[in-house]
Order: sequence, then structure tokens, then C-alpha cells
Amino acid sequence: MAKYKLDINGKTYEADVASDTPLLWVLRDNFGLLGAKYGCGIGQCGACTVHLNGVAVKSCSLPVSAIGSKKVVTIEGLSADGEHPVQLAWDEKDVAQCGYCQAGQIMTAVALLNKNPKPSEDQIATAMNGNICRCGTYHRIREAVLLASTKMK
Amino acid sequence: MTIPSKTSRRDFMKVAAAATGGLFLGFNWAGAEAGPLSLVSKASIAAGDINFNSYLSIASDGIITIFSPNPELGQNIKTSFPMIVAEELDADWSKVKVIQAALDTKKFERQLTGGSGAIPHSWERLRKAGATARHMLVETAAKKWSTSASSLTTSDSMVIHPDGRKLSYGELATDAATLAVPADVKLKDRKDFKLIGKAIKNVDNKDIITGKPLFGLDFYREGMLYAMVQRPSGFGMKIKSVDAAAAKAMPGIVDVVTFRNNVAVVGKSTWEVNKARKVLKVEYEAESQIESTADHDKLFKELLDKGEATVRRQDGDVDAAFKSAAKIVRSEYQCPFLPHAPLEPMNFFAHVREDGVELVGPCQLPDSSRNEVAKVLGIAPEKITLELTRLGGGFGRRLKSDYVVEAAEVSSLMKAPVKLIWTREDDMTGGSYRPAVRYRFEAALDKDNNLIGYKLRGVGINAGNCTREDNFPSGAVDNLLIDSVEHKSPITTGAWRAPITNFLAFAEQSFIDEVALAANMDPVQFRLNLLDRAKQKPVGAIKYDIDRMKAVIQLAAEKSNWGKNKNVSQGFSVYFSHRSYVAQVAEVEMKKGAPELKKIIAAADCGIVVNLSGAYQQVRGGVVDGLGHAMYSRLTFKDGAADQKNFNSYRLIRMKEIPEIDVHFVDNGIDPTGLGEPALPPTGGAVANAFFKATGKRLKNQPFVLQDEMKGVNLGEKM
Repeated sequence: MAKYKLDINGKTYEADVASDTPLLWVLRDNFGLLGAKYGCGIGQCGACTVHLNGVAVKSCSLPVSAIGSKKVVTIEGLSADGEHPVQLAWDEKDVAQCGYCQAGQIMTAVALLNKNPKPSEDQIATAMNGNICRCGTYHRIREAVLLASTKMK
Repeated sequence: MTIPSKTSRRDFMKVAAAATGGLFLGFNWAGAEAGPLSLVSKASIAAGDINFNSYLSIASDGIITIFSPNPELGQNIKTSFPMIVAEELDADWSKVKVIQAALDTKKFERQLTGGSGAIPHSWERLRKAGATARHMLVETAAKKWSTSASSLTTSDSMVIHPDGRKLSYGELATDAATLAVPADVKLKDRKDFKLIGKAIKNVDNKDIITGKPLFGLDFYREGMLYAMVQRPSGFGMKIKSVDAAAAKAMPGIVDVVTFRNNVAVVGKSTWEVNKARKVLKVEYEAESQIESTADHDKLFKELLDKGEATVRRQDGDVDAAFKSAAKIVRSEYQCPFLPHAPLEPMNFFAHVREDGVELVGPCQLPDSSRNEVAKVLGIAPEKITLELTRLGGGFGRRLKSDYVVEAAEVSSLMKAPVKLIWTREDDMTGGSYRPAVRYRFEAALDKDNNLIGYKLRGVGINAGNCTREDNFPSGAVDNLLIDSVEHKSPITTGAWRAPITNFLAFAEQSFIDEVALAANMDPVQFRLNLLDRAKQKPVGAIKYDIDRMKAVIQLAAEKSNWGKNKNVSQGFSVYFSHRSYVAQVAEVEMKKGAPELKKIIAAADCGIVVNLSGAYQQVRGGVVDGLGHAMYSRLTFKDGAADQKNFNSYRLIRMKEIPEIDVHFVDNGIDPTGLGEPALPPTGGAVANAFFKATGKRLKNQPFVLQDEMKGVNLGEKM
């Protein structure tokens, strides 16, 4: 066990956990930040996606000891009340079915649009390919990313 | 809809000094942005809310609370159920608050998710719940205005007087609720619907997009322990010995307990439990036969020829028909086992106390789950409460209560509140799969290419009756024999979205394509002719609606310009399941000599569409589900154990692999007939038939990407 001080959503959190504890479980079990989901534990489904210094990462496969002073942003830190353009687009396109994967999908989409504000459909598919939606809402995810791309500043 | 818990977990949490030196509370549930999942039904509904019935209460401020009893797993029931109540109530939808109801068999009937049956079964009951309340509100307003109720109208939660005066439902609720509930009320004419048929957004959108804790895995209770269960290494194995010393010595571990054929590791956090489980030493030995996929492949062939078959349907004299045939078409199709793989793995919270049991989590059959727990613990079901979280997908997996029972057993053994979690590996290897099945079809055509004989034999592994003997083309063929053989295996199986038809439809619709080709007929016309024949001269019982099936065929053909676009290869499929009808046309284009699936056009008849947004996505999602599994997914076994254990070896469809999908609905005004499953079955057949048209190669086994016919075809990233 070791103490880790983490910068999450602009706040400092501290956890006393084993160094190999994945960020996902620190977020969920220690900090009560439950937006990032467990889906596979091996970085294959993307349900756990968060941002690390602005890059979309799979928090299930990222040990807490690797975070250091890097800034973590989770879905809870994306906006105060769901008003990020990507979140609004997700609502407008009524994307979610069961909704379990959607926080991860949104975090991947935000990272994409921050890097490439006007992605093509192919670029969207490439960026989003690591996020599984078992309900099959892919068309609406793509539509929502396209919609958000017209509104991002 | 999430009420932050009053409890905190300060024992876990540290007060951390921020870099600036100021004090930051590291974490505190009470003040957390997300908070733990706490169920609203635990909290009291705002004081002053007037209950009208099990579904509905109205507060003086005009907020209308509608309880949605059935488990929500992405079929959008939590939006469409309340829409139906609100429609008849003439409620202002913007002031409707929806709450997931806990299990309550006294208040609700058929509180479950399965069989695409929620809307069909509850349609009238929900309408009446709204209409009776509306009636009582109107009566109350009539009294207040000393006028006749029949002169009054309603709109947006208001009763309106002909002279323009208005009384809000909030103002009327207290008095209205004292009236007797009318036994019979007039329901709206369909033309007067204001909500039903519109695209209404998911009522939980905001909670979903902000990552609120809605799911079972998000549930937390002060003092709860985390548990994972080590199940047998393969089907047919049992525990020989357990050495838990190393696991018990791991940090954060409270205990390791053995129950039935399972070993549960219980501790203070998910990761600690997961780590300790890896040092658990459990030896297993064979308890019954141990099977592998290679055994099944052999068995299928043996049982197709020599198996003791159960006759499911027999019309006319098939032997005579095949003897007199001018042409015989014979073909076999096979499908693999599939895990359901909902993205949220199995989990449940249980607290077994002296005075009763509390269960919280995601399940499709809450009443069965409660009863099974009652049986295992030897207590009365009335001693058990069950609250439903949102389900992160179900697909039939959560019809089984095994994981609910496990949670209760571990809580009982630990005498503590426990959240039991399956890992993805547990989910893929732990059982209850779509059964593997092989079918043999035979068709006899006379010299004029009339279909005079039809035979289907299905062999399934723990598949029960793997045919749907009364489905089309039964009723349209004079001589027909449908039978099935079941092999009993230790590998557990269960209902998987559109049970049996999720694969049978592909096989049957591909075979009909083969027969149409042998008869030199257009596949759409061939089906229509058979349906006309069934209408004019029905053979035996006909349990599908011929006109509804014809209508979806015609709509799909029309919307796809069937046969008119020479640049694409089209494949057709139509299926009746769960009371609804869906036809699909898949379009394949040749790109640089390789076939590419470009588009699927779906025509659905589910009766009245309740929520156009939910229904549209339900069909599109069903097509994606049907396509993905037909194309990429399989679970194989070696020595009783599943070979694929996670998404790196078990492939699910991803965004790069989806074609364009168009959805059309038949508008016939029939009461809703269900939509959770019916869009899935036709997809595999439409796609395979389109690939055949494009390449001349027929796909007979799933998943398609692993078949010889697909060699050299680029279908996205390989695994």
C-alpha cells in the first residue's frame, strides 16, 4: 500500500492503495466517481475511458502508480451539469439505450474533437472503434459526434 | 433521480492536504458530485403527492410522478411506459418525473423484461391508469365549476372550461383522489394521440450523459463487502480441494468461503478481491462428461442422421412428396454458442439479516430472483425486498438468477452486506449461453417448381425445441415434417435475445433463398406466392398473420427498390417472432473484387409505435446485434472450458463495421406487439443472401468471418 495524490477534475484526491490498483477502481471504490464503468478490465471495451492530460485512456488498465501529477478528467468533471457540447449532442440525438458504455463513448468523443474539431465519418469510426456499445447505438454516436463538431468552440 | 446518501464512508476516506496547504476532503459520499447509487423508492416521494393508482401520483405543484415497474435494460421501457400513462392523462410531459419501481407483486403485474412483451401486455392497463385519473380530475373540475364533465377538455395537465377557464391537475389532485375510481373509462382515439408515436427522448438521458450512478455496479452501501466467486474451471467439473491460505493473507481480504461448487473471495475493495482470487488454489475433478466443441461438431452430424427426434409438426405425407419430387434441395446450417456479454457484468447487492433480506441490482425477472433466493435461504419471499437498478444490458442473461442467489448466499455466510461482482472473464466462462445448434433443411419441388415438401430437423445442445414449428413456411406446404433432437450437456444455456430464432431465422431464410433459386423464382415473389397459398389453402394451423407478413415484405421491397438497382446485390429475409414482423434487405457492393456490406433496410410491423425515437433505435440496434453476432462472434470449448474469455478473443461488432441502416414502420393501428427482439432474427439471412448474390458463395455457418467462403474478403480488422 502506498499513498497517491491525484489531480482529478481539478481537485486533489488521496488514496492509500496498492501500486498496481487500476485508476478505474481507485475512482470507483475510493473516490465514489462512478461514471467510468468496468466492462472488460483489459482495455478492450472503452467503458472506463477517462482523460489523462487530455488524452483518452482506458482507466481499467492504467495503474494508479503511473498517474503521477498528470491531470485526470472523468465524465463527472467534463461539465458542471451536462452542458458540454458533446453531452448536449448525446441528448439531442437520444443516443443511449442501456447507457452503460456512454460515459466512455463521450470521453473518447471529447478527446477526438479536442484534437480534431472537424473529423470525417471515417476518422470518427477510427477514434471510436475502441468503445463497444453492446446495444448497437453506433449510428447515433456517430451522428452525435458530427453534431457536436459543429458546436465545439 | 438520484438522492445522495446521507451516509459517508469516512473509514475508507482520507482527508488530504491539497498542494496549496488547504484542506480538501478526499472524498465524502454525502458531498460527492456523483454520490453512490441510492434508490428513490427508498426515499419518500415529496410529501403531498396524491396517489391515483400504482403508476401515478400528482403533486400540488403539478409534478406528475409515474412509476415504471419493468426492468430497464436499454429497451427504453422507462420512457415508453410513462408515455402511455401520460398520453391518456393528457399530462404535460415536461412535468412528468419517472421513477423505477421496486419489485411489488401486489401493485404490478408481469414486472419483468423478457419476450418483447412489456408493452403488449401492459398497453391497456397503462392507458387505463392514465385515463381513470384524467376522468377523476375532470369530474372534480366539473363539480367546482358546477358544470357537466362532458363539456370539459384536457390538455397539458389542465382541465379546460369552454369559456377558457383552467384548473391545473395539481390544484385538483387532492379532491380528485377522493372520488371512486371509475370501472370503465373511454380511451383516446388514436388520432388524438399527442405523445404516442412521437420521438420522445430517454427520460434518463441527463443522468446517463453526466455519468450518474444508475447501475447495479454503482450501488454502494455503508459497510458493504465486495465478493467475487471462483466457479468450476469447466462445465462438468467439481471442487476437489481448496487452499485459500494465500488468498486470505492478501491485503483487504476479509474471508474466503466455499459454498456449493463455488469459492467466494470477500474483501474491502474490488481490486483487492480480484488480486486475492488469483492466488486462490482450487483443484477440480470431473463430475460428469466433459465436452469440447470438436465433440459437438461430431455429435451434430451423428444426431442429424440417427438421433431420436421429437416430432414438432407433421402435415401431409413428406415421404411421398420427396419420392415424387422433380428436384430436392438439401442444406445444413450451424451456429455456435454465444455468451450474452452485456457490457455491465453480472452483479448484485444482498444483505441477509435476521429479520429479512434486502436485494438491490439489475435483473430481468425480479420476482423469480426473489423466489429463488427465498428457496435457497429457506425463508418466505415476503421477507425479501428487491429494488431494481438500471441494467447495463441484459439480452436474456439476467433472466437467470444465479448471480442474485450467489450474492444472497455470500451475504448469508458473511453475515454482512455484500456486493457480488462477476468479472468479464466470469461472464464469458461462467455459463448460460445461446445454445449451439445445427439444422438440416430439405425441400421438394415438383416439375412446375411448386414447393410440395419441406423438412427441418434441428439438433441442439441444451436447446430444448430448437425449431419454431408453426412459423412460416408451415401452413404453406402440403407435406411437412419438423422435428428436433436435444443433446444434454453440462454446458449451461439459456434464453438469448430472440431465443432460437436469433439463429433459426438465418438458417431458414437462407434456405428459402436456396429453394427460390432452385425454383427459378425471385426470392421475394417466392415468399409472397407461398403466403398467398397459405391464405387460400391453409395447411394445418397457421399461427402467424399472413397479411401482416406480406405487408412487411412489400414495404421492405418497396423501400429498397428491390431488384431494381443493378449495382448492388440484394439479399432478402423476413421473420415473425414475439408477435411482430420484420423484413430486411441487405445490400452488398463489390469493391475492388471484394464484397462490402453497404446498407440494410428494415421494415417492421410492431403495431402502433409508442416512441418513435426508441423504436427506431430498437430496430437499428437489433440489426446491429444480429449482424455483429452473425459476422464475428462465437464461443468454443476445450475440455469443458470456454476458449474465449474476454473481448480480445471474443469479437463484438464495432463502429467501423456497421453499414447504413434504414428503418421503416408499417402503420396499421394494431395495438403494440413488441419490439425488443423481432428486428434481430432476420438480419443474418438478409446479409448471407446478399453475399451469395454478390459472390455466389453461400454462408452456412456462423460466424461468417471464420468461414472458408469469406477467405480473402476484407471485413474490417481481424482478431
